[in-house]
Amino acid sequence: MANMAQAIRLALHYAEKNYQLKDVFGQDVGMPLGGVFTATQGLKTSWNSTLDERGIIGMAMGIAMTGDKCVAEIQFADYIFNTIDLLKIAGNTLWCTNGGFNLPMTVMTPVGAGIRGSVYHSHSFDAWASRLAGWKVVMPSTPLDAYGLLLSCINDPNPCLFLKPKALMRVRGEELIPGEPADEKELKAMIDAPIGDRTKWKAKWPDVQEYLIPFGQGKITRDGEQITVVSYGRHLLLCNEVADLLKSEGYSVEVIDLRSIYPYDWQMIKSSVEKTGRVLFVNEDTEVTNFGEHLAYRVTQELFYELLARPRVVAGKNVPGIGLHPNLEDASVPQKHDIEIAIREICAEVP
Amino acid sequence: MAKAIKKKIVSKKSDSKLTVKSKDNFGGLDKNLLLTMHQHMVKTRVLEERLIKIYRAGESFFWIGGPGEEAWGVPVGMLVNKGRGPKFDYVHLHYRCSPTLVAMGVSMLDSIRLMMNRSTDTSTGGRNFSNHFSIPEWNVAPVTSPLEVQYPMACGTAHAQKRHHTKNYKNNPISVVTGGDAGTAEGDFASALILASRRGQELPVLLTVQNNKWGISTSYEGQHGENFIADRARAFNIKSQVINGNDPVETYLAVKENMDYIRLTGKPAFIEAMVSRLYGHSSASGANADPNELDPLKTFEARLLKAGLITEKDSEKIWAEFEAEGVRATEIARAEPQPTVDSIWNNTFVGSENADWRNF
Repeated sequence: MANMAQAIRLALHYAEKNYQLKDVFGQDVGMPLGGVFTATQGLKTSWNSTLDERGIIGMAMGIAMTGDKCVAEIQFADYIFNTIDLLKIAGNTLWCTNGGFNLPMTVMTPVGAGIRGSVYHSHSFDAWASRLAGWKVVMPSTPLDAYGLLLSCINDPNPCLFLKPKALMRVRGEELIPGEPADEKELKAMIDAPIGDRTKWKAKWPDVQEYLIPFGQGKITRDGEQITVVSYGRHLLLCNEVADLLKSEGYSVEVIDLRSIYPYDWQMIKSSVEKTGRVLFVNEDTEVTNFGEHLAYRVTQELFYELLARPRVVAGKNVPGIGLHPNLEDASVPQKHDIEIAIREICAEVP
Repeated sequence: MAKAIKKKIVSKKSDSKLTVKSKDNFGGLDKNLLLTMHQHMVKTRVLEERLIKIYRAGESFFWIGGPGEEAWGVPVGMLVNKGRGPKFDYVHLHYRCSPTLVAMGVSMLDSIRLMMNRSTDTSTGGRNFSNHFSIPEWNVAPVTSPLEVQYPMACGTAHAQKRHHTKNYKNNPISVVTGGDAGTAEGDFASALILASRRGQELPVLLTVQNNKWGISTSYEGQHGENFIADRARAFNIKSQVINGNDPVETYLAVKENMDYIRLTGKPAFIEAMVSRLYGHSSASGANADPNELDPLKTFEARLLKAGLITEKDSEKIWAEFEAEGVRATEIARAEPQPTVDSIWNNTFVGSENADWRNF
């Protein structure tokens, strides 16, 4: 069973072979390292860029302008901020040219806290990304979804942003990627580079198959009747855990993995909230002008008379950074108990 | 020393010396080529002055362009291997690009449609400023208002083009990028110098700067420590030179020589062209003629007249014909439709796939 880093690698390999993916690049993305999370090890088209985020995004835009597909990596989302105007231009190029130039490029970057990454290895980017009109934005919570969403990104003619929850890169899922060997040791022997000299090493790729998750298609990961909890990425797994925990007390929590931040699956949220009348949005980006606020606003506007309680958002505190000490990080980004308390409060609210 | 060279290149006096040679052989360039170059230059000038008139008449919101850069831009446009896709040259221009595009074949009408934000504007559909061209059929990358972002993008297209290089070097595609001198302070300019010149991974890109010695109202002297911007390229082992961009003959020869070098070697080259700015930065600064700047078109025309390659009558006819074309094009564009309010979501995604969250 692949972990998320391996799933990303398998998707990139599949795209090299089947989608004419020509370039996978970024800082330390090529061999010998294959990315700081090893998500690009052993690929045919990977190469090391200069240590220059703007150079990486600018190059990606140029490559995409020729019609060639590329995947560019910003090593951590914390370092993507100096490219924000380039991301805006990439998102508006098709619109500004009235359909003349499309940019079939994917940018992937690790996001979020959870690895004690301190101030500059813990940033989230989903709220920022949701304001980049012209981009499709996804964030997986499982290796299989990472595989399916990344292939959809590479296959799409628009700029796509693939947000990798860095704390999940070594987490294995419960579902096999089509064509993946069931034995994780066998997979490791095939596609993980050995420690030490890697000059002669080549990956032996399993015959993985196409698996696409359409943009804007969420997934219900827990069925429930009492409250809807909408999340994505690392916090989706925390929401699942809390739903399971509260089930023993008789709570019936429906959890939606949004997977795709833009476009997003409004119909899934809508039908769930119409059923439960209560909703909580959970993510770890900072709380002021958070993407969850947009969803809560929309619920309030369109489903007001279906609601039994105020919609709530549990998000990161609006502080300048995530402090290194566990006390600081845990107080800055939502923890399981924060989600649990919010669910209990919302369910206890009487209209 | 460097200052003295620069002065010689841009000053009226030194250029007039060039034009009074009794036997001007125009660098050995063919007469027809010289006359074509002259016509493109006149057409560009008439077009830009037409755009300013349209702005002054209140028929457009803003003008920005490049009168005074005809001697630089026209040869570039004539030398580009025009076509669509990575087997042809890519051109990454900034907003002073009309000379290059006129030489490539852009019509006055399309430029005026862009100026008057008509829905028929083929570059932006009425969405962007004058001279913010985008022509996918000729690999003309979209002109953006943020300066210098075009430089790393040119490295990107060059990277993809290198896959199509063959031993038959004359057809090897390259990328050409242009920008102003003030913009070279942006980090993206430095990024491009690095990206283009990595050892063993050099890129087939012609990096150019049109130095008019101004950044809106900020003078060159107050902003640069280097003698020439071209010196920065030399630090990266990029073939680099400074030319008189007010001389179309010198420009043509230099651009051709550098394009040939890039097609042959797959490596970058750099040209800093010293140019004039005849009407200021944009309509924001009045778009008034600056009498202190050398006019490269008038200078070139005087050379042609002196050499007997054209007559006064020929010249008057050329100017009058383009003037009439500009008037006709304005009338056509004026009568064309404006963008509709319901078109704002169009082309947010390819195929105008729904991008409005209200409809998710």
